[in-house]
Amino acid sequence: MRSPSAPPALEVRDLETRIDTKLGLIKAVDGVSFSVEHGKTLGIVGESGSGKSITALSILRLVPKPAAYIAKGQVLLDGEDLLEKSENEMRKVRGKRISMILQDPQTSLNPVFSVGFQVVEAIGLHADSRRKALLRRAVEALRRVRVADPERRVDDFPHQMSGGMKQRVVGAIALGSFPRVLIADEPTTALDVTIQAQYLRLLKDIQAETGLSIIFITHDFGVVARMCDKVAVMYAGRVVEYGPVRQIFNSPAHPYTKALLNSVPAIEEDVDRLYSIKGQPPAFWDMPEGCRFEPRCDVAMQRCKTEYPAKFARAAAESGGHCANCWALEEPEWIPSRF
Amino acid sequence: MKRYLVIRSLQSLLALLAISLIAFAMSHLTGSPVDAMLPDDAGPEEAARLTRLWGLDRPLYEQYFVFLGNALQGNFGDSIKWQGQTAFGLVLERLPATIQLGGFAIIVSTIIALPVGVLAAVYKDTPFDSAGKLVALLGQAMPNFWLGIVLIWIFAVHLNWLPTSGHGGLSHMILPAIAMGWFQVAAFMRLTRSAMLEVLDSEYIKLARIKGVPERRVIWIHALRNAAIAPLTYFGVIAGSIFTGSVVIETVFAWPGTGLLAIDAIRGRDFPVIQAVVVTFAGVFIVANLIVDTLYAYLDPRIRYQ
Repeated sequence: MRSPSAPPALEVRDLETRIDTKLGLIKAVDGVSFSVEHGKTLGIVGESGSGKSITALSILRLVPKPAAYIAKGQVLLDGEDLLEKSENEMRKVRGKRISMILQDPQTSLNPVFSVGFQVVEAIGLHADSRRKALLRRAVEALRRVRVADPERRVDDFPHQMSGGMKQRVVGAIALGSFPRVLIADEPTTALDVTIQAQYLRLLKDIQAETGLSIIFITHDFGVVARMCDKVAVMYAGRVVEYGPVRQIFNSPAHPYTKALLNSVPAIEEDVDRLYSIKGQPPAFWDMPEGCRFEPRCDVAMQRCKTEYPAKFARAAAESGGHCANCWALEEPEWIPSRF
Repeated sequence: MKRYLVIRSLQSLLALLAISLIAFAMSHLTGSPVDAMLPDDAGPEEAARLTRLWGLDRPLYEQYFVFLGNALQGNFGDSIKWQGQTAFGLVLERLPATIQLGGFAIIVSTIIALPVGVLAAVYKDTPFDSAGKLVALLGQAMPNFWLGIVLIWIFAVHLNWLPTSGHGGLSHMILPAIAMGWFQVAAFMRLTRSAMLEVLDSEYIKLARIKGVPERRVIWIHALRNAAIAPLTYFGVIAGSIFTGSVVIETVFAWPGTGLLAIDAIRGRDFPVIQAVVVTFAGVFIVANLIVDTLYAYLDPRIRYQ
C-alpha cells in the first residue's frame, strides 16, 4: 500500500482556464483546487456552464484551441505537473494514465469505424503488441465493461448498438489501457434511468477491482450520494464548497449548496411547487465583483457585493477538510483557511 | 451492401432510360431531321421517300423503341455530317481524348482541393485559410471559357511557355485542365473545409484525442473519413460537369474530344451524333455516380448496413 504521505492520485491547484470570446476574455475556470485520492471518487457538481467540463478538459489539456487556454495553476498527477509536459508527453498520459468518458454515447463513438477498431486503437496507442494480441485485449476490455458476446460485438459498428451498450464501449476505450484516473463527465445523463443505475454500479465494481480514482462530473445529487467520497461544488467557474460527501449532505455550508440540495425533490413529500433557485447564474463576461452568488443569495450582506468571500474551513477536526467560500461563515465554528 | 448496390444500379438504369427518351425527343422537337438531310432544291417526293426510309412515318412510340433497341446495341445511325462514319463510332473515337483531359483535371483538382480544404479547416481563420478562400472565390467567379482565353493569352501568347491549343503531351493539357478544374477546386475545397470543421467539433474527435491519438491521425483518419462524404457526393457532380464543361473548354482549346464533336454536330444538325454524345455523356455521368455510391458504402457503414 502507499504511505499516507504519498501524493493524491490527482491534485488540481489554483487552476485558471480562460476563453477568448467575442464578448471578451472570460475565466471559465477561476482558481479551482481539489484533489482525488487513490481508489476514491470526487464529485464535481454544478449547473450547466459552471465550468465543470472545461475543468475536466483542462486536466487533460484538451481545452478547445485556440480560443481557450490554461492561464495558470498546477495539475499534479502522482505529484507530476501535467501543465509542464510537452504535447508529446501529454499524449502518453491521455488514455494511458488519465482517461475520460463523455456525456453522450450517441456521439462519442466514431460512426465509420467498428467498435473493435476503436477499442484496439485505444489500447494499441499505449502498448507494443501485435494486432492479434491487441484484439484479444480489446475483447477483454469489452468483457470487463460487461458487453455480452464481445468476440462478436467487435465487428459491430456504433449505429448497431444501443445507447447503454455504446457507453460501455466508451468505458472500454477509456479503461482499455488501465488508467489510474478516470474523469466521467456526466456519463449517465443521456441514458435511461435503469441503464443509468447499471452503469454506475459497473463503474463502482471496476473501481473496487482496480483501485481506480474517479472524478465524477454531474448535476445530480442522487448520483453524488451513491458514487462519491468527496464533493466539489462549482458555481460560475469557482469551487464554492468542498468536502466529504457526508458533510456536504448533512451540513452544507454555502447558501448555493443548500439551495441546490433544496432543489432535489423528495419522493416522500407532496409538494405543490418544486423549489428552484431564483434568478440566473451570472454571465461570464459580466461577473459580480464580490461573491458570484450574491445576486441570488438569501443571506447576502453588504460585504458580499464588493469582496469575494475568503475560504473558511470547518474547525472540527473530524470534518475531513470541509470548506466553503462565504462571508456568512465568519463564526467560531469556522476558521479562515488558505486552501 | 449487395441490396444497396442492386437498388442503386436499378435506379441508374431508370435514369438512363429517361435520358434516352429525352435524347429521342430532342431530334423531333427541333423539326424533322429530313429537312437537314435534304439539299435545298429537293422536292416533296424526295422528302417523302427519305421520311419512309428513316421510318419517320411510323407512330412515335414505335420509332422510340426502334431507337432504344438500336441504342442498346450502340447503334445511333450514321453521321449526317461525316459521311460514311457511324455516330457512335465517332463518339468512341473522340471519347479517349475527353477522358484524358477530364480525368487529368479531376485528379489534379482533387489532389489540390482535398488537402487544402482539410488544412483550411484545421488552420481556420489563419492567413492560410484566407488565402484558400481567395483562391476559391476567384475560381468560382471566373467563367471557364474566359479563364481559358486569359490563360492562353498569358502563358501561350505572351510568355510562350505552353502551347495555345491542340492535342499533344502533358504541356497541351495544363492550360485546359486549369481552366476546367479551378472552379471544381474552389467548390471541392470549400465543401471539404466546412465538412471538416463540423466533424472536428464533434464528440468522437474529442474522444480520439482523449485516447491519446496523435493529432495528425485525428485529422487525416478519424476526421477526414467522416468529412469525406460531402465532398465525395460532389465528386460525382464534378465528374459529370467535367464532361459537359468539355464542350466549352474543348472548343476554346481546340481539343479534339467529344465536346468539340458535340459542338460541330450541333452546328451541322447532325442528330445521330448529338444523340450518341448525349447518351454517352449521360452514361458516363451515371457510371461516375454509381462509383460514388459504392464508395459511400465503403466510407460509411451506416449506408452499408441499411
